This record gives sequence, C-alpha cells and structure tokens, in this order.
Amino acid sequence: MNIVKKRNWFFIFSLLIIIPGLISLSLWGLRLGIDFAGGTLWEIKFDQQEISSHAVFQYLKEQQEEISSVAQTNENSVLLRMKSADELKISEIKNKLNSKFGKTTDVRLQTVGPIVSAELTKKAVVAVLVSILAIVLYITWSFRQIPKPTSSISFGICTIIALVHDVIVVVGIFAILGRFFQIEIDSLFITALLTVIGFSVHDTIVVFDRIRENLKKYSSFSFEEVVNHSILQTFARSLNTSLTVVFVLLALFLFGGESIKYFILALLIGIISGTYSSIFNAAPLLVVWHNLVRKRA
Amino acid sequence: MPKNPRIVLLFIICLTILAIVVDLPKIKIFGFNLSHPKINTSFFKRDLEPKLGLDLAGGVQLTMSADMSKIEEKDRDNALESAKNIVENRVNSLGVAEAVVQTAKTQSQYRLICELPGVSDVEQAIEACKKTAHLEFRTLKADASQEATISAKPEDFESANLGGKDLKRAQAQPSQDPQTPGYVISLEFNGDGAKRLEEITKNNLDKPMAMYLDDQPISWPPPVIRAVISDGNAQISGNFTAKEAKQLAIQLNAGALPIPLKIESQTRVGPTIGSGSIEKSFFATAVGLTSVVVFMLIYYRFLGLFAVIALAIYSLVVLSLFKLIPVTLTLAGVAGFVLSIGMAVDANILIFERMKEELRWGKPKLEALFAGFERAWSSIRDSNVSSLITTAILFNFGTGAIRGFALTLAIGILVSMFSAIIVSKTLIRIFWVRKIK
Repeated sequence: MNIVKKRNWFFIFSLLIIIPGLISLSLWGLRLGIDFAGGTLWEIKFDQQEISSHAVFQYLKEQQEEISSVAQTNENSVLLRMKSADELKISEIKNKLNSKFGKTTDVRLQTVGPIVSAELTKKAVVAVLVSILAIVLYITWSFRQIPKPTSSISFGICTIIALVHDVIVVVGIFAILGRFFQIEIDSLFITALLTVIGFSVHDTIVVFDRIRENLKKYSSFSFEEVVNHSILQTFARSLNTSLTVVFVLLALFLFGGESIKYFILALLIGIISGTYSSIFNAAPLLVVWHNLVRKRA
Repeated sequence: MPKNPRIVLLFIICLTILAIVVDLPKIKIFGFNLSHPKINTSFFKRDLEPKLGLDLAGGVQLTMSADMSKIEEKDRDNALESAKNIVENRVNSLGVAEAVVQTAKTQSQYRLICELPGVSDVEQAIEACKKTAHLEFRTLKADASQEATISAKPEDFESANLGGKDLKRAQAQPSQDPQTPGYVISLEFNGDGAKRLEEITKNNLDKPMAMYLDDQPISWPPPVIRAVISDGNAQISGNFTAKEAKQLAIQLNAGALPIPLKIESQTRVGPTIGSGSIEKSFFATAVGLTSVVVFMLIYYRFLGLFAVIALAIYSLVVLSLFKLIPVTLTLAGVAGFVLSIGMAVDANILIFERMKEELRWGKPKLEALFAGFERAWSSIRDSNVSSLITTAILFNFGTGAIRGFALTLAIGILVSMFSAIIVSKTLIRIFWVRKIK
C-alpha cells in the first residue's frame, strides 16, 4: 500500500469535509451558548402535570416579560431562554408562573452576564493560540536532531497543519449543526477543542517519531519511501488507539447524559479527524515540503 | 530499573493495596462493615470522602462582581480578601459542606466566586453571599453589674454608635512594645470616628469594648480600653499570634471596607438532575472500560491481559489520588478521567505493537520486550508532554468545569505513564518472559 503516492486523494477528501464547514462558518457563524453570548437559561419543573411550553410562552408574553424562547424538555418541565436576568427578575417571573401554573421547582438555572461572557471569549482564543505555539516549539525542539536535509521545523509546521485541520473540521461541523440542529457551543466546547489539539499532536508525533527513527536506519532509501514505510508500521497502533478512545467516548456519548453530550460529540469528531490527519495529511505533507525544498535547491 | 523485577513487583502490590484501602466505599460484605480510613495527622488531614461538584451534587455557583468605586486603590486587595472571608463564614454557618469561595481578579474587575454544592435553600444562600458586612463596636450597658466588667457576656453590650463607616482600615503587625509580646492590630479611624472614639474611651476607661460583625462578637473576650484615644489611632493587643491578628484584621476590614457585591452570573442545579448524572456517568464509564478490556483481550490476548491488569491498577491509583488531593469531581472531570484511560491504553498499545515488530524481525523474547519499551518511550514521552502542555494551558485558562477536566486529565496522563512503563513492564518481565523460558 502506498499512502504517500495517493496523497492528493487524501488531501481532497479532507477538503470535502472542511469546505462545507467553512462555508457554513462564514455564512452563519457558530451558534453561541450563553457562556459566550450572555443570557439566562432556566429549566423549570411544574408540580402540576403536563404544561406545554406554548402555554408558558403565551402567558409570559401577555405579562410583557421578555422571553426569547420556551422549549419543552419533559412533559412537565420547560426551558426558558432570555436576556441575562438578575435576582429580582427571576423571582418576579417565578411568582407569576406560580400564581398561574401552580408550584414549580428549578431544575437548573444559569445566568451569564455580558462582562463574564466577553472575557471568556477572549480567554478562549488566547488559550487555543498559546497551546498551538507551545506545541510547535516543543516539537521543533524535540525533533532537533533529525538528519539533514530534513529540517526539524518542517515537522513542527506539519503537525500544526494537521492540528488546524482537526480544529477546522470540528468547528465547521458544529457550525453546520448549529445552523440546522440548533446545537450551541459553550465553554466545554473550547475544552473539547483543546483536548482535540492535544490528541491530534499525540497521534501525529507517533508517526513522526517513527519517521525520525527510520531516517537514521534506512539512509539509502528515498525520503518518500521512508515516510510511507513509517506510516504503515505505525498504522495498527494509530487505529487501535483511536478505536479504544472512540469506544470510551461512544459510551459517554450514548449513556453519559444530556449536559456533556455535545462536548463528547466534539471530542469524538476531533479524535477521528486527528487519527485521519496524522496518517493521511501530516506525514504526506512532510513529503510535499521535502520535495518543494529539493526543487528549489 | 533495578536488576530484580521482583522488588518492583512488591512495590506495585503495596501501592495497589494502599490505593484499594483509600478507594474503599462504605459497604457491607459478609457482615463486615468496610470503609476507607480517615487521615488525621497534624499536617495532613483528609476524610477521603469523594468530593462531588455542582453538576453532580446539585447546588449553586455565583460569580459576583465587587463594586470598588468607593475603595482606595491600595485597600482593594484587602477589601476583596475580607469580603471573601466574610462570605466564607456565612456560608459555613448555613451548614453548606464543601463550600468554596474564591477571589478572581482581572485588570479592571474584582470578583468573588462562590460554589455551594448540595445547598437546599437557594434564596437563603444567595442572600448570605450578597449581603454587605456590618461592623459595630459595642460598650457595656449602663446598667451592667460591676462583675460584668470582668466576665461580661455578649448580651451585656449595647451599640456604641461606632461602626464600619467610621473605621478607615485595620492592619495586623508585630508588636513594638516589649510589654505586649506577639502581634497587635492597629486601627485607623476617620475624622468622625476619631471624635466618637475619644468620647467612648473617655467614658469607658478600663472597661471592655466589644466588636460585632453581622451581630456576632469577634475576638472574645473583648479588649479593654486602657487609655483615652484622641488621634483616631487605636491598637488592640492581646498576645495574638500572627495568624490570629491577621484573621481579626480581615474581619474588621470587612466592616471598614464594605464592598457591594452584584451577582453577575449564576448557575443553579437541582438535586435530581445531579443524582441522575452520577448514575449516567458511572454507567457510561463502566461500559467504556469494559469495551476497552474486551478489545485488548481479543486483539492482544495474553499480552492484553497484562495491559488490563495495569489498567485496573491505574484506575485504582488515579481514584485514590482524586480522594487524596482532593479533586472535586464534575461531569467534565469524569470525562477527563475516562479520556485518560484511552491514553493509558495507548501507551500499552505503542509498546505491544513495537514488541510484535521486534519479534517479527527475529529478536528473542526478552530482547524484544526491552526494545519495545525502549523504542516506544520517545513516542510516549513526546505525545504525553504535548498533552500535558494543553492541560496546563486549560488549567490556567479555565474556571470550574474546565479546570476539573484539565486536572483529572493531567493526573491521568502522569499515572498512565507510570502504569505503562513500570507496571506493564514488570508484569510482562516476570510472568510472560519467564513462562516462555
């Protein structure tokens, strides 16, 4: 099997996944949850059975309360969304609901003020950039003894390209999911992205490490042959590792409960993408880089 | 690695037993009541109960911004520290176990973050966090008996019309006077306060003056007025340790530097959603672990068995670390732990794949074993270091859930390196290589 030779096909496959996501991202952006956009999310359970979200919405509208939406979460509970509400507002609405629909209990309530959400957004961007930079530096340092004419910086850069690929895949898919399935991103999504970054690099390094070793061992072979050989040697490991992680994540996705469902989904997509990109993008890209440098020389 | 793997094996067995003891839940087996011990030494105390975060135990998290507009620049840090202390005391008096109050400071914002897991009366808890502290100085009631001067009770005092608004700041410092060793608290009153203080000290010379914060007396028995103070600079001495003096200064400052707190963000989680999440995540973890075990056994057979044993030891050690540190478990934290299981297996897979290759190249078993561990090491090291870099950044960037995730993942990665390199290697060296020989 010659993966490196068919590299353009694999690059095209990546683009097929990435481009719709990018289009969706530029047209509609991500659907920001209240962590980033600010606001109040409030799930209320009515002791009286079966009250429809529609009735609640109508009633609160009559009462001139500014509610953006009411969604049914269970037969007797609803989820309210509104602008960031303070204590007074919350108890006012609660009193109104109690007098109209009977006793209620708060299942959960989350309010995020505009200052907190703005700070979080800034921090998230900084965190992603800082971790990318730190990893590039570490890899360049770790691969400093690579035999000439290959440069250790090419390993660092190709790792980053694979990593950015994975980030874009996840973000793009969530832009699509946000547009068509109303799935929002929250601060856990950033956590997922950073974990995917870590994992993507993890995967890529294993392949690169083998290339580093084989370059010393098989100096008579061409760079392209060494890379392809290294990919094949580490293939079983890459697949097996991803499989075990995917098993675990699938279990969490299916049985782990509603509040971390999309966090796990982001991880799942990212890790599958990470495995793909380390085998089919990162290592073949090294060859592309190598050939470009040689042509110029 | 020592020449004799048996010593290492012994160490691993001891460690595992220790971890099991720490992990023991409260259960009854064959009529014996089993439970984990409590650690209670002077410098290290742990009750070893699992700590559950907001999303698992239910409760409230409040992010409150402090209005510092009326506080002088140099007093702001003290004011925030005092507010934190007071809020802590209040939530503790509500009986909220595991309450955490943190200060958070950015360039322009001073904040308090309160986490109150398992709290039942949410409104009461929020009120307790938000309330501004009220400091009052009190003197003996006019009709108090003569004995009361010596052994006064809190109810013998009445307001001296001197309070937090009259006090500029309080500060703990080492005593300059050899007559009164230890630490003292110096109080600085403002103009009105200084006038009132002069009056009070004149009228109550050699009588006690008590201080009340939110109607609770602080520093009991109360200090006694020794002199008439006319310049507004008072000193409380009483052979305090540095810690006691600092604590008292913090409490006084809470009154002197009151900062209105505004709730910026809050999260409330009902208790039912929490217990549902525990069951779900427990089940998910069990399913995930089982599938990994089955996969390893099918694919790697006998070698896989060692990985599974190493994985079991790994899980026990990580869980006991969670209890010892202690780590507050949240849903995201559980996810971090489960993900680290995947990484722990990865290290084993890397080694096994390498061993298989070495065997295929015709190396004898023992040599293939060593080569597998040695050659796989650079990948394991590099990949785990880069994952640790991201967890460190996550830990600095995040609050609450994100920190929990980063911490559990980082602990998991570190222990997984130990488990793959020491535990699997020793087990294989003793039981696999010997058997074949």
